[in-house]
Amino acid sequence: MAFEEITSKKYTAGLNNKLMENRTPEAKNTRKAPGRTFSFKLPAAYFFLAPALLTIFVFFFIPVAAAFIISFTDFDIYALSSFSNLRFIALKNYVRIFGEPLFWKALENTFYFVIGAGPISIAVSLGAAMLLNSKLVRLKGLFRLFYFIPVVTTLVAVAVVWRFIYHPRFGILNYLLAFLGVNPIDWLGDPNWAMPAIILMAVWKNFGYNMIIFIAGLQSIPEYLYEAAMLEGAGWWPKFKSITLPMLAPTTVFVGIITMIGYFQLFAEPYVMTQGGPLNRTLSIVQYMYEEGFRWWNMGYSAALAFVLFLIIFAATLIQLKLQKETE
Amino acid sequence: MTTKKILLHSFLLITGLLTLLPFIWMISASFMADGHASVYPPRFIPDSFTTMQYESLFSRLNVARNLFNSLFVSILVTGVSLFINSMAGYAFAKYRFRGRNKIFNLLLSSMIIPSQVTMLPLFLMLKYMGLINTYLAILIPGMANIFGIFLIRQYALSIPDSIIESARIDGAGDFQIYSRIILPLLKPILVTLTIFTFMGTWNDFLWPLISLTDSNMYTLPVALSSLMREHAKDPELMMAGSVITIVPVLIVFLVLQKHYIKGIMLGSVKG
Repeated sequence: MAFEEITSKKYTAGLNNKLMENRTPEAKNTRKAPGRTFSFKLPAAYFFLAPALLTIFVFFFIPVAAAFIISFTDFDIYALSSFSNLRFIALKNYVRIFGEPLFWKALENTFYFVIGAGPISIAVSLGAAMLLNSKLVRLKGLFRLFYFIPVVTTLVAVAVVWRFIYHPRFGILNYLLAFLGVNPIDWLGDPNWAMPAIILMAVWKNFGYNMIIFIAGLQSIPEYLYEAAMLEGAGWWPKFKSITLPMLAPTTVFVGIITMIGYFQLFAEPYVMTQGGPLNRTLSIVQYMYEEGFRWWNMGYSAALAFVLFLIIFAATLIQLKLQKETE
Repeated sequence: MTTKKILLHSFLLITGLLTLLPFIWMISASFMADGHASVYPPRFIPDSFTTMQYESLFSRLNVARNLFNSLFVSILVTGVSLFINSMAGYAFAKYRFRGRNKIFNLLLSSMIIPSQVTMLPLFLMLKYMGLINTYLAILIPGMANIFGIFLIRQYALSIPDSIIESARIDGAGDFQIYSRIILPLLKPILVTLTIFTFMGTWNDFLWPLISLTDSNMYTLPVALSSLMREHAKDPELMMAGSVITIVPVLIVFLVLQKHYIKGIMLGSVKG
């Protein structure tokens, strides 16, 4: 029993290995035995963990479970005032979602954004990382800082700034494009240009983050691979295709997954720049969920939407991981 | 070789400046009088320098209060969550207890659940607790953070057990060991987490938009987006508001840059 009070492996290992080996199952039940300092270890671990685990349990796990339950009810503004107005409606919310044209529109827009902005972001990040990783470049830290600043700035504030950058008459984007002979575009007012405009802004805002991860990935590629390729007279493209890309594959999958998860949650950009318009062409799933839940108080329906979003993200993550395994 | 070098550097410089151009225009427009930013061609240097936009933000639109809210909740969440996460991360790394790995893996796998799923019930819970539209509405969901616990645990694993053991032999209690020995050793990762949490809370939008209902309680991003609805035709005023929102995080980032970059690397290791 006294042995059991010594629970630290390292300490006992140093003192006497046999003591640990002789632990009997019965001894395990006496952990709380008072005595030397060591015996406080088990309660101490729980003391250290309690605030975090309690918070996560009460304010994360319970809400997840509650959202699941709510998604099978008609929780609305009447239920908000009295629970007696709450009814279990089984799968009706989910059925309604799939029959709702606005949901399909939001789904289409969100996929347009993810499939558009995701690969472009990653390609720009990789390009920037490769440029900055070149041995010829001086002042790397400064250029890296330039590209990185949009990442740390407040999304809502830059969305406000870009709303004016996209101004059809006075915006700096149309001004710059005029030098290339491009006629003014009503970026946020034209239904066909609104989503590309949001994609452009998202790429600008985010590419610096993945760039950092790619730089680290590039630096971990052994130099001799490139030297060997150079001896064989390989040019830039073959080196990129048969060394850089395969060696970066794990990094790319990781970057792809985190980028995609973030992009599926598109909200602030359209909320600030277009309010989902014009003609709902930039309405995202999260904005649709927000409007249904917190503007119209259709909370049951909104909770169901949240789960649909979760399932989409989950499925997309699995697909990417599977693709990665197949290419290995 | 040298022409290649010059081309490469010019390309980096031009794209770098293009990346910063939105900010240059933002700062410039924020110092213009009403209407002076709505001109063609756009001005990147104010024609006549004025701070009137900032003055009207602070005197007429009460942005000082929003600035205070943002600062206060960001510092509060950072302080509290660092304390709670570091205790939990340390316990996961250095204590052996029943179900440790199971709990830890459960936490890690639950990170896939997007926060939007919890927002509705969380709103209802806090509403019944009377906490909607208070600072606690922002603090409570941010008090513990699975990713933060994960980062601290990974870092704490590298602390040698012998340090803890010798402190124990010297008669230090568990909490003393945590506060006097472990916390100082965790300093690098705590600095990284400080900047992540501070910036994350400062920049957060959807949850404050939902849980803060009174303009006096708005954080800067929420205040800015609501200001945008009324002042869509006032770029100069909106740019001043954007500057006020961006500058504090930018300063925090510039001061602690290295730690932030390191944090991204640590976060990507798990993938």
